[in-house]
Amino acid sequence: MTPDPAVESLRINPELVAEILCRFLRNELRRAGFRHAVLGLSGGIDSSVVAFLACRAFGPENVLGVTMPYKTSSDATRRDSQTVLDQLGCRTLNVPITDQIDAYFRQFPDASQMRLANKCARERMTVLYDQSAAFEALVLGTSNKSELLLGYGTQYGDLASAINPVGDLYKTQLYELAAWLGVPESIRRKAPTGDLWIGQTDEGELGFTYAEVDRLLVLMVDHRWRRSELVSHGFAPEFLDRVATLVRRNHYKRRMPVIAKLSQRTMDRDFRYARDWGT
Amino acid sequence: MTARLPSEPKPAPAPGGDRRAGAIRVALAQIAPVLADRERNLPLHLAQIEAARRQEADLIVFPELSLTGYFVRDMVPDVALARSAPEIQRLLDAAGPAALVAGFVEESPQHRFYNAAFYAEEGRLLFVHRKVYLPTYGLFDEQRYFASGERLRAFDSPRFGRVGLMICEDLWHLSAAGIMQAEEIDLLIWIANSPARGVGGRTIATAETYDHLTRAFAQLLGVVVILVNRVGFEDGLCFWGGSRVVGPDGRLLAQAPMLDESLTLADVDLAELRRQRTITPLARDERLLLTLEELHRIKRGHYDS
Repeated sequence: MTPDPAVESLRINPELVAEILCRFLRNELRRAGFRHAVLGLSGGIDSSVVAFLACRAFGPENVLGVTMPYKTSSDATRRDSQTVLDQLGCRTLNVPITDQIDAYFRQFPDASQMRLANKCARERMTVLYDQSAAFEALVLGTSNKSELLLGYGTQYGDLASAINPVGDLYKTQLYELAAWLGVPESIRRKAPTGDLWIGQTDEGELGFTYAEVDRLLVLMVDHRWRRSELVSHGFAPEFLDRVATLVRRNHYKRRMPVIAKLSQRTMDRDFRYARDWGT
Repeated sequence: MTARLPSEPKPAPAPGGDRRAGAIRVALAQIAPVLADRERNLPLHLAQIEAARRQEADLIVFPELSLTGYFVRDMVPDVALARSAPEIQRLLDAAGPAALVAGFVEESPQHRFYNAAFYAEEGRLLFVHRKVYLPTYGLFDEQRYFASGERLRAFDSPRFGRVGLMICEDLWHLSAAGIMQAEEIDLLIWIANSPARGVGGRTIATAETYDHLTRAFAQLLGVVVILVNRVGFEDGLCFWGGSRVVGPDGRLLAQAPMLDESLTLADVDLAELRRQRTITPLARDERLLLTLEELHRIKRGHYDS
């Protein structure tokens, strides 16, 4: 039987990937003039993988893992992030965000769950950036390719970072990398959740599993299959249209704000320099 | 800990023993240039040249755009050099009797900018190749910044025979390889800035492709292929290195490490050219006039109707 091209394309050599990503992390940190890295730990697979990579790349003494629970954060979240921190032996900090979030929402008691979730994500971002100044560190991003494509993240919240080692890996691929890195099984086995509210899971909220959507995304995005080809391959039209719409609608989250052009040279349009310019 | 980023290039030990008659010692200078900073890249070159000369290299090869780095973008006019620039002369002087290949942004008298490479021997500039095929797709945008070279020509080296000097994408076009064959080259120097893509296999997929291509060109053209690719990162892109020398029988004669900076030395026996061409005389049997006729016919069909 011919192998499924989607499954083939999602395969990674985790050792090779880890090698490239650790070098990438060290390289970017050095270029920016830093020796330390800071990241938020949720107890999920993405931040755990980044924590493992960072500790391999920089040594655990140069990595600060910050847990930032809100009052509704589940026990599993707290327990799993602690497991990672204990296993890695990196520096740790616990900064509960309940007080500031609740103080803000006292003024807006009717705010939706989504507003609360986004506010929490942005609060965690400001904590990480403040801690990055205190620890003289760069903030590591933990958004994977599936989330970035689907827009499943908070702009200027969990999507914000200085460098992101896992942004070109689909969730499916992260599981493979996580196993190779030795991320605890309890984390690899549980349902992905942003712990945005009690009982929330990514796949419940999205309405499909990462395993399903990654198979579609890799063919649609990486291999540029046309809609008709995807349908012939067995993807339900409603499913792929829904995913295509998510990818398109959320593109703004992947870009800098649009700047109205007036002059000869405008940032990112015809003022083009590599970020690593001169390093 | 597998992730080690060496700060100093570590020369591989020189091939042991005396060189056989006809053998040349090639140094593959697999460096990680600083992006758009000629002032820092010049001493990097000088150090490599000195190390290569200490190991009695006859030919020292640097990667594509070795003096500037790859994603130069709007810095292209700022880092460009005329081929008569004193910086280039300094490199030629440092190389002394060794032949030298390096990549730079060339500014023509008409102020066009080229992704170019020079070949020098005995302190004299013998040849400059301007990259013809500028990739402008996917992650590449070279045509936005560079003018395209208009010549695909080989040249004669007093020491090594007839030489083809190609830059990266040039040799992703079979026509360029075909012209080099028609030029009857002995040595194909291929310098590159190849970024890693594809991590599902044993090694980086791009590296695997270059492995196929270098072996195929060496065998089909009956030449020695010297590939020098850079290492290091630019804006998240990983240049994979893996520079190599392949003999005319397609055998890998030397290989630099993947991902690490290195100076790799290889002794290449040019007498192998004769042996291989005796066994498999492909270039001898090439039908240049037939090829030309067919190309003319195709041209008439495509362009003259």
